[in-house]
Amino acid sequence: MNRIWLFIPLILFVVMAIFLGGGIGRENKDVLPSPLIDKPFPQFILQQVEAEKQLTQSDLQGKPMLVNVWATWCPTCKAEHQFLNTLAAEGIRIIGINYKDDDEEAKIWLRDYGNPYEFNISDPKGKLGLELGVYGAPETFFVDGDGIIRAKHVGDLNRRVWNKYKVNFEKLSTHTEANSDVDNVKQEEAK
Amino acid sequence: MKALSSLVFTLLLSLVAITSHAVIDGHKYPFDNEVDKVRFEVLAEELRCPKCQNQNLADSNAPVASDLRDKVYELMIEGQTDDEIVGYLVARYGDFVRYNPPVQKNTFFLWFGPIVMVFIGLIVIISLTRGGKKSQPLSEEEIVKLAELKAARSEKQDS
Repeated sequence: MNRIWLFIPLILFVVMAIFLGGGIGRENKDVLPSPLIDKPFPQFILQQVEAEKQLTQSDLQGKPMLVNVWATWCPTCKAEHQFLNTLAAEGIRIIGINYKDDDEEAKIWLRDYGNPYEFNISDPKGKLGLELGVYGAPETFFVDGDGIIRAKHVGDLNRRVWNKYKVNFEKLSTHTEANSDVDNVKQEEAK
Repeated sequence: MKALSSLVFTLLLSLVAITSHAVIDGHKYPFDNEVDKVRFEVLAEELRCPKCQNQNLADSNAPVASDLRDKVYELMIEGQTDDEIVGYLVARYGDFVRYNPPVQKNTFFLWFGPIVMVFIGLIVIISLTRGGKKSQPLSEEEIVKLAELKAARSEKQDS
């Protein structure tokens, strides 16, 4: 009977090993889960970097997109920039948030390294970044056609990372599709 | 001697206090009353910097920690309560920013793990001490052997 007790340390050890081992195995311990997943993109009114135009959250609708938080002071952003160019060339819609940066420097960067962005939101004070829970550029949000955040990636995008998200990204609904669905239902109801 | 050691201890403690407020003081957030000042310091210590992860907002020099301190200050000046301010940050950065996490499914082990451990320890200790008392009565053979040993010992002492 008492022999069973001898196994308790072993059982405890195995339980701890599983718990702690799971922590070690996690791909990146610095990545925090975002509470914004499946929530609408936060409201904002900010200037566009490239033009004298005011942008709001309603500009982030239509076709599913990557919303990439970047800055010229961020070395990893430079590392991922070429891959963003590649993605843009493949027809992926990418919106930029120029985070705590200078518009003029951002324009020079885009001229020199290429511009994969449909447009860039200027966020010099990091206000939108704070709304998005950004804690280090680059960060990328996967936003569907209705402006709902579906996933977030912290760190640089590259081919390996993209392959992980690609399938789910391609499944995201476009705003126009969603609308036409509603229209179809209405038409059927009318009949 | 005792006075000296307690003095040293107090000095060491004050050193800790100074370092943990170094960043806050450097930024100088003005409040018109002492209550809010203390509230701000408590909030800055209970909120974790999302970038550095093992420092609170008061300690960290990271840019994002400074942004969050500014935001906490801004929200306090707007008149939000402590709960509202913590809620604001949790809604954007997740429960991770709290050094004082709420009791919920995924923090269950964190909150009750130690109690469970103590409980397991108690059970082990009780069972060990009880096991000692519940010694078996000696068998016939052992009684005979014990008598022999006792006899041998007393002979040795006599000689």
